[in-house]
Amino acid sequence: MLWALPALFLTAFYFSPLIEIIQRSEILKQGLHLTSSEWAIITKPLGFTIVQALVSTLLTLCIGLPGAYILSHYRFRGQGLFKALLIVPFILPTVVVSACFNSLLGPSGLINVFLMALLHLESPPILILNSFWAIILGHVFYNTSIIMLIVAEAWSNLNPGYAASARMLGANRMQAVLKVTLPLLAPAILSAALLVFIFDFTSFGVVLLLGGPLYATLEVEIYVQAIQMLNLRMSTILSLIQIIMTLGLALVYARISSSQSLELNPVFKPGVQLKNAPTYQKILSLGLLLILFLLFISPLAALIIRSLAIPTYGSPGTIWTYYLALFTNRSNDLFYVPPAEAIFNSIVFGLITVAVTVPLGILIVMALRQPSRADRLMGPIMMLPLGSSAVTLGLGLLLVYNDTWLYRVHFPLLLPVAHALVALPLVVRVLQPALEGIPPSLTHAARMLGATPWQVFKSIYMPILQGSILISVIFTFSISLGEFGATTFLSRSGYPTIPIAIFRFLTQPGQMNYGQAMAMSTILMTFCVLGIYLIQIFSKSGATIKK
Amino acid sequence: MTKSELHSLGVHNLVKFYEGKPLIDGLSFSLQEKEVLCLLGPSGSGKSTLLRIIAGLEPFDGGRVTWHGKDLARIPPEHRSFGFMFQDYALFPHLTVYENVAFGMRMQHLPEKTIAHHVAAELDRVSMSSFADRKVQNLSGGEQQRIALARTLAPEPKLIMLDEPLGALDRKLREQLTVEIRQILKSAGVPAIYVTHDQEEAFTLADRILLLSEGHLAQVGTPEDLYHNPSSSWVVNFLGLGTVIHAEITSIKPPIVHSALGDIRYKALREQYTPGTAINLLVRPDGVNLVKWDQKGIIGMVKDCVFQGQYYRTEVTIDNVKFIFEFPDHNPPGKLIKIIPNADNVTVLEFRDE
Repeated sequence: MLWALPALFLTAFYFSPLIEIIQRSEILKQGLHLTSSEWAIITKPLGFTIVQALVSTLLTLCIGLPGAYILSHYRFRGQGLFKALLIVPFILPTVVVSACFNSLLGPSGLINVFLMALLHLESPPILILNSFWAIILGHVFYNTSIIMLIVAEAWSNLNPGYAASARMLGANRMQAVLKVTLPLLAPAILSAALLVFIFDFTSFGVVLLLGGPLYATLEVEIYVQAIQMLNLRMSTILSLIQIIMTLGLALVYARISSSQSLELNPVFKPGVQLKNAPTYQKILSLGLLLILFLLFISPLAALIIRSLAIPTYGSPGTIWTYYLALFTNRSNDLFYVPPAEAIFNSIVFGLITVAVTVPLGILIVMALRQPSRADRLMGPIMMLPLGSSAVTLGLGLLLVYNDTWLYRVHFPLLLPVAHALVALPLVVRVLQPALEGIPPSLTHAARMLGATPWQVFKSIYMPILQGSILISVIFTFSISLGEFGATTFLSRSGYPTIPIAIFRFLTQPGQMNYGQAMAMSTILMTFCVLGIYLIQIFSKSGATIKK
Repeated sequence: MTKSELHSLGVHNLVKFYEGKPLIDGLSFSLQEKEVLCLLGPSGSGKSTLLRIIAGLEPFDGGRVTWHGKDLARIPPEHRSFGFMFQDYALFPHLTVYENVAFGMRMQHLPEKTIAHHVAAELDRVSMSSFADRKVQNLSGGEQQRIALARTLAPEPKLIMLDEPLGALDRKLREQLTVEIRQILKSAGVPAIYVTHDQEEAFTLADRILLLSEGHLAQVGTPEDLYHNPSSSWVVNFLGLGTVIHAEITSIKPPIVHSALGDIRYKALREQYTPGTAINLLVRPDGVNLVKWDQKGIIGMVKDCVFQGQYYRTEVTIDNVKFIFEFPDHNPPGKLIKIIPNADNVTVLEFRDE
């Protein structure tokens, strides 16, 4: 019974688009007959996707693992702020992160503007944007905190007796780490690394906006083939490859990570005060902390600074010029996106997404709790959307519904539907551990006291799940606000969202557009940081995400 | 040969602070060759910390730890060749039983053939030979305990330290393993320090017991020393030896002591005593005999009486002082009884405190 609505929703908006993609690729009818140039369209982005994901993951590990050590072993001043900062990348939209790095390292970025003024240069000296390393940098920014949080959690739970035993049995510090600590942390490290690899593999916004036209992952190539080349068949074939790859990765991940959990507001055992650590460890730790603070803070700070029109850098008007321009009508401009409208649209879409996703999520976790055999089969099927990319979802929905009233109505109804599909797996993962924490005896006790199932839900489950439901609402809303991949397919000219507006501002020339992109990104970032702050408050009650 | 070289381990005036307060406060002791020393004390007395300091796993704030007179301060734990068995065993969960026991020897880069030989011998010593290929998580508490002991002994450490190794086990298994551990430690032939808060364990295992109270040495000696000559009321109470009461010497020839239990006649008293000297007496549970009501004796009132198998543990008040006695028969609470002291089990204590 509980399955009915979620099953209907997923069949209509997930499985039928999936089937449509398979049909449009014509693989079943004629097999995979491709010309050599068509093969190149597949192999080049596939190879690049794997290479950049590998390099990104390795670099992320290099920074994240020492970070996890510090976080799980030492106490230091500003630790609370540091842990709060770690959560920021979790729901910062890709367009905002791209705008952040653009504002820091781009041709008109803070560092280049500063260096040009200082050294009287004609052109920007640092040209890292639109390069391979810009993509990697974006990914490292995004995922370092995932490695740190998962591994630090495992590390602080690791019995210190293991390493001490190894030392007593004659292992030196290095041997104890290599032979005992690392093997014991391996499941956590592997699971964190795989999660990061999956995120890097399906990266869209960062690659499109920081990598520039020369670099395309599978995800970007699907978009390029569908929207720019209008080659739907190629696009669907790429989508299929993407679906198979991500599904495979998600399956492996589910197998190895069953026991790992991601704590949103982790409380580690009281470690040693960092100031009492041995000198060399102190210096290394402080150095790393400084790098991490810079990695997390400097792009955010640069964004805020570049969103202000500071006259010394030759910006026009007053300090608030870019913000004011967002709300001034420039209807004679051909490319004009009314930004105030975009903000309004995003909020409306966000609210609809929340209204769809959270009840569905509650239904799914309640159903997963039922021990019947059919439900045990439904569980994994329901979780399938996790294995698919946002761009593929957008493409599939477009292919199925472009001839139906759902698409023909002026209002882009499919947009919140796509956002709900992206947010649903995460909502389930927030709600499930909270629900599992409620012992079945509570239900039994309430039923024996005369409560109907609905009364049990209302008077027992709802109050206990309150915090987790609020977190789900905020997560879903933030995801909807920042979603970019599926939105690029489904948004309408009359209904731009904030990320779409930022994307258009960023891709058009001129200082005014650049400034407005920064201003708009700052507004979106403020929304997200506020959301993170609220999530942190609610998760103090012990909510976790099951990955 | 100097005095310090006779001792294997020396701890000199050791000081360790924890959150601003002294956890170990000027502790000194030494360890003889092949001696099993039990560190006994209530939880929080600094026993485990002391062990970790000797192991080199924990920094300290003052004093010295020496091995045959040589300061260990700059020697890292892995170069001390000390064995350490942890309270929760800390068996490596990613390794098999065999690999756990072999770990220490692999660190010494011994040839694999030698290692296999040693592991087999150690597993045999703890009667776990058939468990070599098992995963350690699948072992019971008692089995894990044996493997942890085998792992500690395998690299042939010069000193073995055991931190409450039986704490996690149930009583019956504990009693059985205590005897086994004593035999195994003796067969290893190296000094050992054994931390426990259980005095039965300590009395069974120890050549000497070092009694710790809040980071101080309360008393050190053989189990017999501690039993016969407790050095303070704290020791008497902690070991549950009986009740301490005040008394006075009334005569030297013959030696007679006057107390709440009446006059007690001893075979002899130490020479420094004179009539009128105030002393302490330790009244043990078997320190009095019941007598018939018409006989001469001291009257007490039964407060509580509990069957314990061999005897009835009987709480008796005499002159508002509470005593615990062991009587062969049941006496209901409220009953008045008459007793006479038994000089053999009422000990004249060498200390005098309030």
